[in-house]
Amino acid sequence: MKKTYDVIIIGGGVVGTSIARELSRFTLSVALLEKEAELAFGVSKSNSGIIHPGTQNPPFSLKGRLCVEGNRLMRTWARELGVHFVEVGECILIFEEKERAALLQIKADAESLGVPGLRLVDRAWLRDHEPNVNPEALAALYAPSAGIISPYRLVYDLAENAVRNGAEIFLEQKVVSLRKENNLFWVGTESGESFQSRFLINAAGLFADEVARLAGIHDITIRPRKGEEYLLDKKRENLTRHLLFPLPTKTSKGILVIKTADGNPMVGPTARPTDDKEDLATTDQGLQEVLAAVQKMVPSIRREDIIAYFAGLRPVAGDDFILRHEHGVPGMIQAAGMQSPGLTAAPAVARCVCSLLAKNGLALRRKWFFHRHRKAARHLFTLPLGQAGKLIRRHPPYGDIVCRCEMVSAQEVRDAVHRGARTLDGIKFRTRAQAGRCHGGFCTTRIMKILAAELNLPPEKISKRGPGSEIVMADRDTGVFEAKDQHEE
Amino acid sequence: MKNNTVQHDCIIVGGGPAGMAAALEAAAQGVKDILLLERDQYLGGILNQCIHTGFGLHQFQADLTGPEFSARYIQRLHETPQIRVSLQTFVVRLTPDKILTCIKPGRMLTLAAKALILCTGCRERTREMIPIPGTRPAGVFPAGLAQKLINMEGLLPGKEVVVIGSGDIGLIMARRFSLEGARVRAVIEILPQSRGLARNVVQCLEDFDIPLYLQHRVACLYGRQRVEKVKVVRVDDSLRDLPGTAFFLPCDTVLVSVGLIPENELIEMAGVPLDPRTNTPVSPGINQTSFPGLFVSGNAFRIYDLVDSVVRDSACAGRQAAEYLRGLGT
Ligand SMILES: Cc1cc2nc3c(=O)[nH]c(=O)nc-3n(C[C@H](O)[C@H](O)[C@H](O)COP(=O)(O)OP(=O)(O)OC[C@H]3O[C@@H](n4cnc5c(N)ncnc54)[C@H](O)[C@@H]3O)c2cc1C
Ligand SMILES: Cc1cc2nc3c(=O)[nH]c(=O)nc-3n(C[C@H](O)[C@H](O)[C@H](O)COP(=O)(O)OP(=O)(O)OC[C@H]3O[C@@H](n4cnc5c(N)ncnc54)[C@H](O)[C@@H]3O)c2cc1C
Repeated sequence: MKKTYDVIIIGGGVVGTSIARELSRFTLSVALLEKEAELAFGVSKSNSGIIHPGTQNPPFSLKGRLCVEGNRLMRTWARELGVHFVEVGECILIFEEKERAALLQIKADAESLGVPGLRLVDRAWLRDHEPNVNPEALAALYAPSAGIISPYRLVYDLAENAVRNGAEIFLEQKVVSLRKENNLFWVGTESGESFQSRFLINAAGLFADEVARLAGIHDITIRPRKGEEYLLDKKRENLTRHLLFPLPTKTSKGILVIKTADGNPMVGPTARPTDDKEDLATTDQGLQEVLAAVQKMVPSIRREDIIAYFAGLRPVAGDDFILRHEHGVPGMIQAAGMQSPGLTAAPAVARCVCSLLAKNGLALRRKWFFHRHRKAARHLFTLPLGQAGKLIRRHPPYGDIVCRCEMVSAQEVRDAVHRGARTLDGIKFRTRAQAGRCHGGFCTTRIMKILAAELNLPPEKISKRGPGSEIVMADRDTGVFEAKDQHEE
Repeated sequence: MKNNTVQHDCIIVGGGPAGMAAALEAAAQGVKDILLLERDQYLGGILNQCIHTGFGLHQFQADLTGPEFSARYIQRLHETPQIRVSLQTFVVRLTPDKILTCIKPGRMLTLAAKALILCTGCRERTREMIPIPGTRPAGVFPAGLAQKLINMEGLLPGKEVVVIGSGDIGLIMARRFSLEGARVRAVIEILPQSRGLARNVVQCLEDFDIPLYLQHRVACLYGRQRVEKVKVVRVDDSLRDLPGTAFFLPCDTVLVSVGLIPENELIEMAGVPLDPRTNTPVSPGINQTSFPGLFVSGNAFRIYDLVDSVVRDSACAGRQAAEYLRGLGT
């Protein structure tokens, strides 16, 4: 007899894993299915990483409300999970007197949503608090509750905590068929497996419309909107103290100067519709657009400061999130169209999903013990020197440095594998190895060896981000490679 | 100074050709207490992955491979009792008064140097620094990484190759891939002439019928999981794209060989002024920094074409360190 889950979640982004973690508080059996080789390989890996205060949303929108609540909940969640969250604050800048009315409107709208601590600041304040900002900036709306987080680490930590509390996660399981029979969902995947559950949650990001269609729902259409982002050298860490925003446009929050959880400033994103859900290319045009926009706010930003770049696609389905129980398909819940601020809203979305489930017949009983805390991974580069020394003395492999740009040790790479990393990108997102100046030029071979040894794989199976992205070819004598970095056998 | 700090007359960071040559010369000049620190499990630096010949023509009047060249230095190091070598020792911090923090498996140490020579080599410029737009698939390698995969690990990255940049590493890798049975479709160089040595253009491209596109640039990369093709555009003398000249080259591998950057993050940490354009110390003379007793040599001081010139100039750094120590009365 196959196991019947209470709930199956389709999609392992920040929304799916937040729901998994929230559901794992209750005495339920929960499975999460993800099509990629690892979690967070969809929209949740390529975004601005901002925990928005809720300042740029229409006053009565669902996304606005969930953003403000998500911002509040994220603090607790981050603390419990040991994810680094920093409340840096944001400034929405204006350059002309005639923009002031729009700024005041944003303030009024945000206040009606309950955004705390908003305040207008003038040129003198900006000069004192943001010395690199263009002195022509006239005023700004300051929102102290804006924060930053590492979006992919958040996903990994949510998932790890959910699993600790009993949830099950299945990778490389692309859902290709859905059927409802005898009050049960039959979920078929591309690999030929099938899963059953009483309730089903669609959190498939860019592909939520396709998943909905499998269940006969045709009124969701995702129109991706591309955003290109450019990371700057860590040497520019102190470029700004706050997140800097221009006045928002109809379709986006504009191009920003961002601080990231890893220290590198970032500039972007653009906002351009595309009809290809896999179009993650950056463009010359995007780069020009971003540079022009951010140089207006911070004139000292130079093209030479850029050390990395990427593009992400916002899963846009109309103006707002789609969060609903599907009355035509009882038991199915849509958590779709999670455009920005979906990262921020995720904990609130998860709660909302729980109450939708409860309303529609799923009994939520709290477990007598929920492991709310997660033991954070050790990262040499975040420790003060003295503590790093102690750690190395106790566990010598922490002193075996693999990635010299970001100071990541062999043991941290192994720890990441033990916590679920299977690919080079998975290692990079968890540890920062390969994310520094040399982009893996020095450490890639060593990381490949550790992955091969820990997962017992031949080198040609090691990939950047899953099947199809292998690093080296198969048909070659691999004797040399396997001879080194081997486990005691 | 903290009491668990060990002091040495001369510390050299980096055990590539520059570090070894500097250490040997310092010893020859009478320095008694020399410590050579190397991050890797072996000495030789980049030479370990350069299994082609062309090394040592000046220094030894012999045509050696990289490992053969470095073996001669390693041999001499072992015969020099004044020099101690510490492998797997990664220097992570440097203060203005030449206190070093090092990490090795199981230990973190603090060392003090009376004279210090940094021979930390260079890293490759990446695709991201140009920057080349497009997707970010697997199969795009800094040329030196591809060299390491083939020569040291025995792994072949791909079979249809486009090389961006005609520096020596790019040229040598074009030949290497051809020898491995891969098809090298083109070397693309934005400048009107190759950046590499003339002999490498002949021996690595012409002898293998590999086309070199001068005044062309790769304008975009394509491919979702693995790279599939590149877009190439002709440029004019001021590096602007010429309209109507774009064409595509299918490939599964792109090698990026667009220059080297000296690794000087340690002296930068200590506050030594660097030229932001070259990432090298603003220097009053060869191998010197604005800090007395702190020297830089090899590719960290400036990018060299030939390892023979690296060891020649690094010997000079060893001499300067010895002189500095004599001045201190050591
Ligand atoms: C450029 C950019 C910047 C942004 N900046 C911010 C910001 O600063 N702050 C903020 O709050 N929000 C931001 N966002 C929005 C935020 O990133 C998204 O709202 C959020 O990541 C959406 O998460 P998700 O889980 O819905 O989607 P995803 O992360 O895409 O998760 C969906 C998952 O479902 C999987 N999947 C799809 N189909 C199937 C299937 N058939 N079977 C199994 N699995 C499937 C996918 O592989 C994917 O992993 C930004 C977005 C972009 C693009
Ligand atoms: C990929 C590549 C290929 C090349 N191919 C050729 C070629 O074919 N022919 C040629 O003539 N030249 C070649 N060169 C140039 C070559 O680097 C020089 O000729 C020569 O090897 C430079 O010597 P070096 O000692 O300055 O640097 P390296 O050989 O790079 O040695 C630097 C050493 O310092 C160590 N180190 C760095 N930082 C630290 C630290 N913080 N703590 C401890 N140790 C540290 C490194 O591990 C390394 O061993 C190549 C360079 C590169 C990058």
